[in-house]
Formats: sequence, C-alpha cells, structure tokens
Amino acid sequence: MKVKSFFFFVMLCLVLIISSSNCYAQISTSSDLLNGTKQYDGKTVNYKGEVIGDVMIRGDHVWLHVNDGTIAIGIWAPKIMIQDILYIGDYHKKGDIVEVSGTFHRSCPEHGGDLDIHASEIKKITSGSTVIRPISRKKVYIGVYSLMLVLIFYALKRFFKNR
Amino acid sequence: MILKPQANDIKNIGYYLGRIIIGIGLTMFLPFIAGLVLFSEPNPALDFLISANIAIFIGLALSWLCKTDKELHTGPAMVVIALSWLAAMALSAIPLFLSGHYKSFLDACFETMSGFTTTGLTLVQDLDHLARTHNLWRHLGPFIGGQGIAIIAISFLVGGTNGSLNLYLGEGRDEKLVPNVIHTARFIWAISIAYLILGTIVLGLVGMSIGLKPHSAFFHAVCIFMAGFDTAGFAPQSINILYYHSLMFEIVTIFFMVIGSFNFNLHYQIWTGNFKEIWKNIEMRTLLFITMIVTLITMAGLRQWGVYSDGMILFRKGFFQIISGQTTTGYMTIYAQQFLKEWGDLALTGIIIAMVLGGCACSTAGGIKMLRVGIIYKAFRQDIKKMMLSPSAVIVQRFHHIRTMFIDDKQVRAVLIVTLGYFFLYGLGTLVGVGLGYPFLNALFESTSAAGNVGLSCGITDASMPAILKMTYIIEMWAGRLELMSVFALIGFFVAFVKGR
Repeated sequence: MKVKSFFFFVMLCLVLIISSSNCYAQISTSSDLLNGTKQYDGKTVNYKGEVIGDVMIRGDHVWLHVNDGTIAIGIWAPKIMIQDILYIGDYHKKGDIVEVSGTFHRSCPEHGGDLDIHASEIKKITSGSTVIRPISRKKVYIGVYSLMLVLIFYALKRFFKNR
Repeated sequence: MILKPQANDIKNIGYYLGRIIIGIGLTMFLPFIAGLVLFSEPNPALDFLISANIAIFIGLALSWLCKTDKELHTGPAMVVIALSWLAAMALSAIPLFLSGHYKSFLDACFETMSGFTTTGLTLVQDLDHLARTHNLWRHLGPFIGGQGIAIIAISFLVGGTNGSLNLYLGEGRDEKLVPNVIHTARFIWAISIAYLILGTIVLGLVGMSIGLKPHSAFFHAVCIFMAGFDTAGFAPQSINILYYHSLMFEIVTIFFMVIGSFNFNLHYQIWTGNFKEIWKNIEMRTLLFITMIVTLITMAGLRQWGVYSDGMILFRKGFFQIISGQTTTGYMTIYAQQFLKEWGDLALTGIIIAMVLGGCACSTAGGIKMLRVGIIYKAFRQDIKKMMLSPSAVIVQRFHHIRTMFIDDKQVRAVLIVTLGYFFLYGLGTLVGVGLGYPFLNALFESTSAAGNVGLSCGITDASMPAILKMTYIIEMWAGRLELMSVFALIGFFVAFVKGR
C-alpha cells in the first residue's frame, strides 16, 4: 500500500512538473495579451517575435520592440540581456527572432502606464539577416521611359504654345 | 430648371484640375530624391518616379486639352477641389500600392485619403518593415493636405485672383489672413515650414535624448512633426507614440498637436505680435472650455472603471488621448484594444465628444470646429435672452474672432447647415458600421473618428474590414475635410450634367 501511494505521489509530481513546464513554455501572442490585458497583468508571459525598430538605451536598461507578426510590444530589459541581438528589423534587415520571458504589465507603474513586458530572459531563436533587394530593372525601364514621355509631352506643349 | 453645365465650364474644371494634379506629381519628387540620396532605397524611389510621371502626364494632358483663360467661378472651383482630392488620393496611392504593404489598391487609397485629410486611420501591413521612402510619403500627405492641396496650386501654379480665391474657399477655408489670397496661401506655407524646422529640431533632440540614433531620431522627428502639427496621427512605427516610452516626447507632441489645431489666422496674429488675441478669441475660449469639460468626463469615466490605479498615470494616459481627440490628431499611447476593453463607455463618450467638436476653423484640424460651436452657443444665448426679456427689447450678441463681430441669422444658418452636415456624416458611418454587425458605440466611435478627420481607432479599422465600410470611411474623410460644401457642389454638378437642359 505504501509502495502504491509512493508511486502515485511520484507520478502526480511528474505530471505536475511536466504540465507546469508546458504552461511556462506556452507562447502568448500579441492578440492574446492585448485582448486579455487584465488576465495577464502582472503575470509571467512568454512572447516570441522579431526585434524591430530601434533599441533605445536608457541607462543600464534598454527599450526594444518585438513584433510577433501582428503588432509590436515594448520590452524593457537590462542592457546585458540584448548582447546577442545583432539584427534589428526594418526595410533593409530581417530582425532576430527572440523569445522573451518576463512580467506583463497592462499599465506599467514604472513607465507611466505603458503596456509593456519587463524581461527576465531573452533567448535568440533565429538570427536575422540583411535583406538583399536587387534594383528592379522593370521599374528602372518604366521610370526612365515614362520620364522621357513626360519631357517630350512637355516640350510639345511648349512648342505649340509658342507658335 | 436645372441648367446643364456648358463645355466651357467643363474645360475650366479640367484645366485647373490638371494644374493641381501636376502639383501633386511634382511633390512626389521629394520622396524620390530622399529615397535615392538619404535612405539608399532605389526600388521605393523608383515607385515615386513612376507615379510622379503618371501624375504629371495626366495633369499636362488635362491642362493642355482644357486650356482656357477664363476665370474660375465659385461653383466650378468647388467641383475642382472635390475632384482634385479624389485625384490626389488615387495618384498618391500608386507608390504605396507598389510598396507591397497594402492588400489592395482600395487600401492604399484609404491610406492616402486618410493622410491628405489629416485623419490618420491606417490599413498598412507590416509598417515596421516599410521603406522610409514610402513612410516619408505617408507623412508628407498630411503636411500637403493639412495646409491644403489647393494651397500648393494657388501658391505656385495657378495665376489670377478670382480663380485662386474660389479654390481657396472651396477647400473648407473661409478666412483670408491678408487681403491677397496668393499671399495668404504663401503665408500658410511659411508658417508651416517655419514650424516644421523648429519641430524637427526639437523632436529630433528629444529623440536622441531617449536613445534613438541621430539619423533615426531626425527621421522620426520630421514624420511625427508633420503628422502631429497637421493633426493626422500617423507614426513611423506600428505602435504609434507608445513606441517612444517617453513623457518628454509626449509633452512635445501635445504642444505641436495643440498649435496645429489653432486657426492660421490666430498664428498670423501671434506672428505679427498681437498676443492678446489668444485670450480674446472666441475659438480659444471655446477650445479651453470644451477641453476642460471633456477632460472631466473622460477622467471621471476612467476613475469609475478603475482603469489606472495611479492618479499621475490616469492623467498622463487620459490627457494625451483627450488632446489627441480634441485636436483631431489621433496619436495614441495605448493600444486600440485598450480603448475598447478597458476605457469604459463614459471615457469613450468623452473622447467622442472631443472628436465630434474638433479643433479650430481654418486650421489643419477636423470636426465641427470651435468657431461654429462658439457661434451656436452665442446664438442660443441670444435666443434665450430674447425669450426672457420684453418682446420689444433689441438684443445683440457679439463675439471676438480677430475682430469683434455681431451674430446675424445668415451666419448662424450657415454654421448650423455645416454642423448638421457633420452629424449626418457621423450618422452615416455609424449606420453602415452597425449594419455590418459592429456594436453601436464602436461604430459611432470609428465613424466620428473618420468624418471628424481624427484617426483614433477602437479597432474596427483594419485591412480585413468590409470594402463597403472602407469606402464609407473614405467618403466620410473626404467630405469631412472639405466641410461638405465642395462635395455637395460636385454632386450638384453631376445632377445638372445628367438632368440639366
């Protein structure tokens, strides 16, 4: 009986550990967070997305923005946590994909009521890259030919006006 | 009997429309040069070269085919204005559509109409990866449209006086700063460019102080200034002003939103040293009073719902959104979802009242306008006095706007017609929104935001919303910016064309 109870207790602990670790690893999307602000307020969340925009250094902390494909959320993190981040997404670059673990604030008391996440851990999942955009020859041809057309048309207009 | 427009009227409209379209095309060379020289973005720059050429070609063709020396009269001038805003929307949408960041050409048209009318509702996809060249154009739109598309034409492309005056009046402006309309137009540009330089420097320095790199800080500064002073509410990043996480940035933005909502005539008085006008002007007094009332309502709503636990946070978040709504800018320091889910009905009602009433006349702001609200209030006061005093008593009601004037019935009638028109617009969008299944308060909020050229959103405006609602909002933004009269003139012109003899 004692062995059975002990076995049951061990199994229960294992189930709890596995389920809680799954729960911790569950990624919340920006939609989840923005539609459930009160539910998530003050809770530890995991949020994944691309680092975009600018990294704004404020003392020993930084503001960075992580966009999960829908909208960006501001992340407040110690400067030391972002050392691995090399690519910040914009037109020229695809930013690093990171997973942020931290405390979600519906209205952060430290930052004037901003909705933000205070990061306790930032993991780089995928490295970003420079986006190579070759000059479109089609656009060059259309641009140059249409410019010539406009100039010829303007010259004709002037010519007939002067006559 | 309705008279059919004559061939000369149509030629006249075509000629002036052509000149304005040339002006729109020429402005596209700004992002073209910036894209090549400043941002190293050749493909986006080419989008602007192509679009500029299309616009200039159409403009040249129209002004050549419709060449006329006739002066432009009031009716055709209003038709020119109404059509030129539609042409500006369609032609300016070409480079945005070519960017690949819009799901359809209609979405790009929505964006440009929203920009030109200084509304600020947006349908852009993945804004955070949009090329700076395209982003600059999004923000240049409000700067051009805020001052007025016709103002460009009057300043640089259209000669004559009567035609220019009629174009100026057709764009929802009925006040001249100086007797000559061309000088008025140039003064409006001078004020705007002076503020642009000042605003870019101040916001750029604040941007650098909060951690933005210099080139980024000044790019953000020029964009935020153009969309803030011109009360449009566009921002270079997807989370609007929340992106900066800075009280100082918010304070400077509030300052530029507020002065952007002032009457250009008031700016002229201040620039010429008449500071007393600020305190005496009916618009300023009405603006101050309405802002106080709206602040009380919104703050009470926020407190009632316990949205913010801290008083300072409540004031910071509440006041920014109030000023943004009142000046019809549409900048946000909260997410659209928070408006809906957290703010509660009373606070939302406060913001709706602010958006409905709007900023000052002859400014870049939208809404009914403070001058009209002030005149309606004075007219009511006059009528109540008439009821209370002896029937033989003669009651006059004065108000001060640049000079002291007496209220007359003709003026009140004109004010009430436009006010009624705005309420019709607000109602139209609400009706369409509710008909498509959106809750009443949300539909009212978004419709008021579109027709009042505000740009605050409670989440309805999205690329996935029905095309019919997009078109309704486009019409609302267009009619709201032109204060309806030019739109009525265009409708009247088409009716006369079809039914006239």
